[in-house]
Amino acid sequence: MSQNIEKILVRGNEAVAMGAIDAGCLLFFGYPITPQNEIPEYLSKHLPPLGGEFIQAESEIASINLLLGASATGARAMSSSSSPGISLMQEGLSYMAGSELPVVIVNISRSGPGLGGISASQGDYFQATRGGGHGDYRMIVLAPSTVQEMYNLTCLAFDLADKYRNPAMVLGDALIGQMKEPLTRQKAEKMDLPPKDWALTGARGRKPNKIKSLYLQEGELTEHNWKLYQKYERMKKEEVRFEMVNAEDARLIIVAFGSMARVSKTAMEMAREEGMKVGLFRPITLFPYPEKGLYDISKQVKQFLTVELNTGQMVEDVKLSVDRDAEVHFYGKPPGALPPPEEILEQIRKYYR
Amino acid sequence: MELVFKRPECLIDVPFHFCPGCHHGIAHRLVAEAIDHFKIREKTIGVASVGCSVFMYDYFNIDVVEAPHGRASAVASGVKRARKDSIVFTIQGDGDLGAIGIAEGIHTANRGENITLIFANNGIYGMTGGQMAPTTLLGQKTTTSPYGRDFTYDGYPIRMAEMMATLEGSAFVARVAVNNPANLMKAKKAVRKAFQMQVEEMGFSFVEILMSCPTNWGLSSLEANRRVEEEMIPYFPLGTLKERKMADYL
Repeated sequence: MSQNIEKILVRGNEAVAMGAIDAGCLLFFGYPITPQNEIPEYLSKHLPPLGGEFIQAESEIASINLLLGASATGARAMSSSSSPGISLMQEGLSYMAGSELPVVIVNISRSGPGLGGISASQGDYFQATRGGGHGDYRMIVLAPSTVQEMYNLTCLAFDLADKYRNPAMVLGDALIGQMKEPLTRQKAEKMDLPPKDWALTGARGRKPNKIKSLYLQEGELTEHNWKLYQKYERMKKEEVRFEMVNAEDARLIIVAFGSMARVSKTAMEMAREEGMKVGLFRPITLFPYPEKGLYDISKQVKQFLTVELNTGQMVEDVKLSVDRDAEVHFYGKPPGALPPPEEILEQIRKYYR
Repeated sequence: MELVFKRPECLIDVPFHFCPGCHHGIAHRLVAEAIDHFKIREKTIGVASVGCSVFMYDYFNIDVVEAPHGRASAVASGVKRARKDSIVFTIQGDGDLGAIGIAEGIHTANRGENITLIFANNGIYGMTGGQMAPTTLLGQKTTTSPYGRDFTYDGYPIRMAEMMATLEGSAFVARVAVNNPANLMKAKKAVRKAFQMQVEEMGFSFVEILMSCPTNWGLSSLEANRRVEEEMIPYFPLGTLKERKMADYL
């Protein structure tokens, strides 16, 4: 049975670092920023004995470009940061999306805008799901809501990045990064992935490989953008992940991701105790967004309550996804205090019919 | 008949896009000759920087990755850390290295990354049409210093080689020019030495090449060569600034 699989009590950030190592990532580049420091700290200790490389770069700009270089060789590599640092990485992310480089970036997001603060926030949803940098690109975005998922989704992010030759982001926040929970550290089975025949390994016995995002010849860039678009469409078909709880008989469904899905789950349980049939829809992939999953459930449930730790970002995707006669309500909080479940329960009472 | 001069194996047989009289093609040739000399073509990875240097992948018969503007030395470091056995080099212009990417350049040198950085210094932004660069000389007119570079507004031209030489991490630092045959022979030696340092794992090697940009300087090729001699070299003196004899971890 599962008894011989070790359960350990770790922080969310450490679970990310363990997931990276277990996914075969031996290269990490980063710059200190709260609240993600446990990731570089853990990896600076554990990568060198494994023959890996850890660089504390001079900035997040350098980190993301070290990552670009490393991934161009076909190696698995990762960087982590938090919101202001992720802003600095947007240039590199755009280049890597354009150059089709598979990398994993972890955003243990904090609050903004600007220097903001170090408390949890979901204010980076737009930046993560809309590309973030310049140009018409998308990035796979995975949103863990437990320490276990921090581990599992980090592992998955490497596979998805390789599968699509595209950057993949794990979007956590200060709450999930800093909290401790039991973790079963068990490697997932690796996906069947395409060979990295594009990687720069030295042009020995073959034509040179070029990794670039500059396309100046007539029609080339158009064609390249269509190719990227086809890839994003394929992600939408094949990679959507979400969790649905108590949807069967629900009359109202809360839509929340990451840390807010945890609080919302408690609120849902409290509502159930009061006899209200409430369900929870938790997107795990923020891109590709589970549009169809939401649409399908909105055929039978007409009240949706989106709960976010911001003043309204994902709610736009919920509105775009549900059937036209479904009502989408929003409850959000700017960074600062995390809403207790009672606050969400109050909102449920307000909209429950 | 004996063949005494030929195209380096490392260069693809296509015409360069560089303007007539530009020294970029010479720099490419020097790098290619060094790669051929050490027979490392099949394990060399180039990093293309943004500027006139970006089309490296059309000329070198090697694997190449293109870096964002200013980030070539960080990208090169990432490549090298992932593939220690590869030979990694980049050619960065003065805007790329001296302005937008100065932090990445300095820290790459300071980490002692075992890569080779060729610094193409022509004192102007070539590809964007002749704007002022960090290495533009005082008094020099460009499209964004139409009254001539004035230190009270624009500061002074940066001496990158001297700066790199101060860092403990750099193993080899030289400044050369290719404006006449005598200088060219010294440049060839310096570029070869820079690659040798990398092959021997001595650490970060840096060669600044003073180059002409006849188009954006508004000069003929010969006048541009003379300008390198008369105006650039006095401010950017040639020579080997630093040469480590043993890897510093020995």
